[in-house]
Amino acid sequence: MSTKPVEGLQAISVTVNGEDYTALAEPRMLLSDFLRHECGLTGTHVGCEQGVCGACTVRVDGAIVRSCLTFAISVAGSKIDTVEGMAKANELHPVQAAFQEEHGLQCGFCTPGFLLTVQDLLEKIPSPTDQEIREHLSGNVCRCTGYQGIMAAVRSAAQKMQT
Amino acid sequence: MKPAPFAYYQPDSIEETTSLLAEHGDDAKILAGGQSLIPMMNLRLAQPAALIDISKVPGIANAEVNGEIRIGTMSRQANVLDSPEIQGAAPLIPEALKWVGHAANRNRGTFGGSIAHADAAAELPAVLLALSGEVVAKSVSGERRIGADDFFESYLTTALSSDELLCEVLIPIPAPDTIWGFTEFARRHGDFALAGVAFTAQLSDGKISAAKIALLGVADRAIRAVNAENALNGQSIPDPATCREIGSLAAVELDPPFDQHGSSEYRKDLAATLVSRVIDQAFEERKIS
Repeated sequence: MSTKPVEGLQAISVTVNGEDYTALAEPRMLLSDFLRHECGLTGTHVGCEQGVCGACTVRVDGAIVRSCLTFAISVAGSKIDTVEGMAKANELHPVQAAFQEEHGLQCGFCTPGFLLTVQDLLEKIPSPTDQEIREHLSGNVCRCTGYQGIMAAVRSAAQKMQT
Repeated sequence: MKPAPFAYYQPDSIEETTSLLAEHGDDAKILAGGQSLIPMMNLRLAQPAALIDISKVPGIANAEVNGEIRIGTMSRQANVLDSPEIQGAAPLIPEALKWVGHAANRNRGTFGGSIAHADAAAELPAVLLALSGEVVAKSVSGERRIGADDFFESYLTTALSSDELLCEVLIPIPAPDTIWGFTEFARRHGDFALAGVAFTAQLSDGKISAAKIALLGVADRAIRAVNAENALNGQSIPDPATCREIGSLAAVELDPPFDQHGSSEYRKDLAATLVSRVIDQAFEERKIS
């Protein structure tokens, strides 16, 4: 890159869930919109678009980020994981299965962000305390469950993933 | 809510960045981690004509301890939080970082970005004040160092001029007898604090000196409670009643902003309680060895 400005439509390439995508987008396009509108991956939900609700959480090179607070062009060339990549061959990821079994969702709008955040937590801390769960999930808002089902789902997923 | 169009630059050196700043001045914004700037752009509260993304500039994302603590401006908050070197040299820094936003914000948000943004409720400006840090600012006309006490000026306003890039944060390694603490209060962990405090002091031969009490969320910027610091200096380890007096003294001249999350009076009361609590706990249980 150089001191020349980038304006207007640009070819932006990313790898999402192991597949390569290239699409034209302006520098101002948020990663959340790039995934939904350019890659056609609408599992990433857009809630507040100001970094408060966590629904748009995806993983960029392994780290959870808010895709509404990231420009697609800034992460061109990165490896991105979204909720579409969690289930393998029609078998739910253990975190997804636990959310289903423990009533960790109702309307499901916030769920993609929660799933990726929980997956990240359990990779870092396989047996988290309730306090650790609450702190790691503090950036994700759910308006249906009252969070108790989500807490139960995380505990259950932690157990499933260790056995 | 979509950002207004802008010309995007991705320079690959500090020199290119500073010449872009010299060229565009107030029309440009530096994009580091974007966790404060991009919400403002999404809401169109900020509409920079030029956005200078410094994430590909080499050499500004290291956090190291080498005679002093040197934190490159692009160091992600999560990386500083997880650094054993920083934890060993100044545990106040990771303790405060745990309160910065949520995990997903800290993965993108940067150490220098938070200080340059200078939100009055942010944690790192108060940490910089409490640890007597300074920032290194570079422009096409040279480099200067700005001490924490001279850096924060008002709401989202610092001593940086529009052609300067905050390149590095320098923090002296606290002396072995340093007492420290950090706490804040928010309705939800990771939200903007209603009030908070970073505290350091020396304890030698049972006497307190060099107390620093830095408050956040209760003024137009992070500020030191100098009267309370002076009252603490020269004392022996304070009992709970003395801690409460110091807390009241720290809050007495405050006129905090108010919003739907808390009135001015409430924040003032909260600041007094938090200062009292952090000093009490710091002497009780925390000590850099």
